[in-house]
Amino acid sequence: MAEDILHEVTQADYKYGFTTDIETDIIPIGLNEEVVRIISAKKNEPEWMLEYRLKAYQHWTTMTMPDWAHLNVPEIDYQSISYYAAPRTNNPKSLDEVDPELLKTFNKLGIPLEEQMALSGIAVDAVMDSVSVKTTFKETLAEKGIIFCSFSEAVEHHPDLIRKYMSSVVPVSDNFYATLNSAVFSDGSFVYIPKGVRCPMELSTYFRINAINTGQFERTLIVADEDSYVSYLEGCTAPSRDENQLHAAIVEIVVMKNAEVKYSTVQNWYPGDKNGKGGVYNFVTKRGICKGENAKLSWTQVETGSAITWKYPSCILLGDNSSAEFYSVAVTNHHQQADTGTKMIHLGRNTRSHILSKGISAGVSNNSYRGLVRVGANADNARNFSQCDSLLLGDKCGAHTFPYMEVNNETAVVEHEATTSKISEDQIFYCNQRGISTEDAVGLIVNGYAKEVLNKLPMEFAVEAQKLLQITLEGSVG
Amino acid sequence: MLEIKNLHASINGKEILKGLNLTVRAGEIHAIMGPNGAGKSTLSSVLTGNPAFEVTHGEVTFLGKDLLELAPEKRANEGIFLSFQYPVEIPGVSMVNFMRTAINEQRKYRGLAPVSATDFLRMMREKKELVEMDNKLTNRSVNEGFSGGEKKRNEIFQMAMLEPKLSILDETDSGLDIDALRIVANGVNKLKSANNASIVITHYQRLLDYIVPDFVHVLYDGRIVKSGDKTLAFELEEKGYDWIKQEVEGK
Repeated sequence: MAEDILHEVTQADYKYGFTTDIETDIIPIGLNEEVVRIISAKKNEPEWMLEYRLKAYQHWTTMTMPDWAHLNVPEIDYQSISYYAAPRTNNPKSLDEVDPELLKTFNKLGIPLEEQMALSGIAVDAVMDSVSVKTTFKETLAEKGIIFCSFSEAVEHHPDLIRKYMSSVVPVSDNFYATLNSAVFSDGSFVYIPKGVRCPMELSTYFRINAINTGQFERTLIVADEDSYVSYLEGCTAPSRDENQLHAAIVEIVVMKNAEVKYSTVQNWYPGDKNGKGGVYNFVTKRGICKGENAKLSWTQVETGSAITWKYPSCILLGDNSSAEFYSVAVTNHHQQADTGTKMIHLGRNTRSHILSKGISAGVSNNSYRGLVRVGANADNARNFSQCDSLLLGDKCGAHTFPYMEVNNETAVVEHEATTSKISEDQIFYCNQRGISTEDAVGLIVNGYAKEVLNKLPMEFAVEAQKLLQITLEGSVG
Repeated sequence: MLEIKNLHASINGKEILKGLNLTVRAGEIHAIMGPNGAGKSTLSSVLTGNPAFEVTHGEVTFLGKDLLELAPEKRANEGIFLSFQYPVEIPGVSMVNFMRTAINEQRKYRGLAPVSATDFLRMMREKKELVEMDNKLTNRSVNEGFSGGEKKRNEIFQMAMLEPKLSILDETDSGLDIDALRIVANGVNKLKSANNASIVITHYQRLLDYIVPDFVHVLYDGRIVKSGDKTLAFELEEKGYDWIKQEVEGK
């Protein structure tokens, strides 16, 4: 009976579900060597890049989809997807040449590409389907020697950096989806922060899937040279479609001696409708390496979207005294499934890692935390603290925790704490009695629960993320 | 202000209120006393719209509106406040954030703009003084880690913030030591005006030494079986409830 009121909350629609009506250059569905060659040709790539892709493709044909995650992934027909779709514009040199429809789309998403209108202090690379549409503040950043451009441009203009660092953290053969990405990736962002430079603005990439029946395969490479600092944000949305869409991305981060990288994600891919129809399959490989001494990497993620999420932003702590953090809020509602967490690989001495994971499950969804803490034989005095909390809304959803620990050095200290809690009807009624509606009460409680992680996000993002949590969970209690 | 007519209510199919009548006018304090299981807390739950209870018969009007038609949050925004017998903890939600949300919901309901930050903080300060509440409590999450007495004091603090028209104090005295009782009662007395009213539900006469009621009602077996002035409370304290039971059952 008490559950009834909890059911009676209005349903909010996915706010970013619109499509952009724009002429798209899309290649026929299917995947074979020829398709890989077409993609490479469309991007005017050098021979070495094509070889890299073909090698990845050959390897991929020998691989099978991983099935160890706590996910129910339907059979995916990789031959029924188109691997390249690009809004048909002629490589715009300035904003005036960018299709107004595209500008409108990004404006609607709250990402103005006109620099004078942009959020102050944030440079954006906007990626629609397979290509980067526009990167703002490129020139301002270049004055400091910072490179921030689309991945394709980096291949063309900074081949040495790309050849040196691409796949240095996520090898081509790393896993099924990473290998697929290496074969067919289309665009993404590249960042290089030179020695001793503190990046003066937040850098961000906004990914948008638009075209139907296409996969999005972007890759991001961030290199922070010695004594540098950068904070990077990633946002993603997609139209509401009945068909599932595949998104398999790679993010690689290289952090040199004394450098620091903060990587924040607000992932809001279309999650499918209430009955589990449609939605994005999000199979992403994100990994960083703290290569030098005192290097620092911090992952913060707010995961609210996607029908299926398979994602473990990880860190290899190679440099002595290096440290890594993973802060995560993952929300699943309706039929969403998420299997997400992190891997902390301690190799250097005195390395530290901190994991804080907050899972929120509602509807009939399933939310799993999967984390690995590995301490190598030479990682003296390695230190890890993990905390995994689960919050359940209703009694038809699932929360699962899969912590793995492999400790090969007896000086290591590895701790794991976990809690599970539920929003009670008494809490909701208490809020109601103070004049707060059930919906707002859930928002208050969930945001309170996730506060520690949300506080790690840059200001502008934190506010957005709070609203997003509330919208995602509307109509979810019960 | 409040008019309850022939109210019947049940929980899990078991009838608890069996034809309750009560009229409360502005400026009045009504005490409701009665033995365990008489339906005292059920009355407060039903008036505030707790979904665990089902109203099977009768009507309740509040300031001319059909109260039973309104959702719990609307009843609150109409001006009904319940000081819970067992206030719940809401981890992670700060008292400041909770109170500001509640105040702004009420203002929105009444067509007013959200309260400004300075006005809100001033209000918080004033009302905290009124109930002699420690600053550190309002910096914590709602009721989290509060002692029994602190929780009750926090209820009266919220009441002071929300300035309800009708306050229902459900066993606010239970679990309070004598000092806390005095502070809580003082808070209630200071908030009393000709425009608001209170229903004080209690087990013992003790609280009524501090909050002097205009009327005392005895609730027994789901009905108000006896009403009087404050002397009735003394009589109950002295003689217990057995004579009431005999009187009712003898009829």
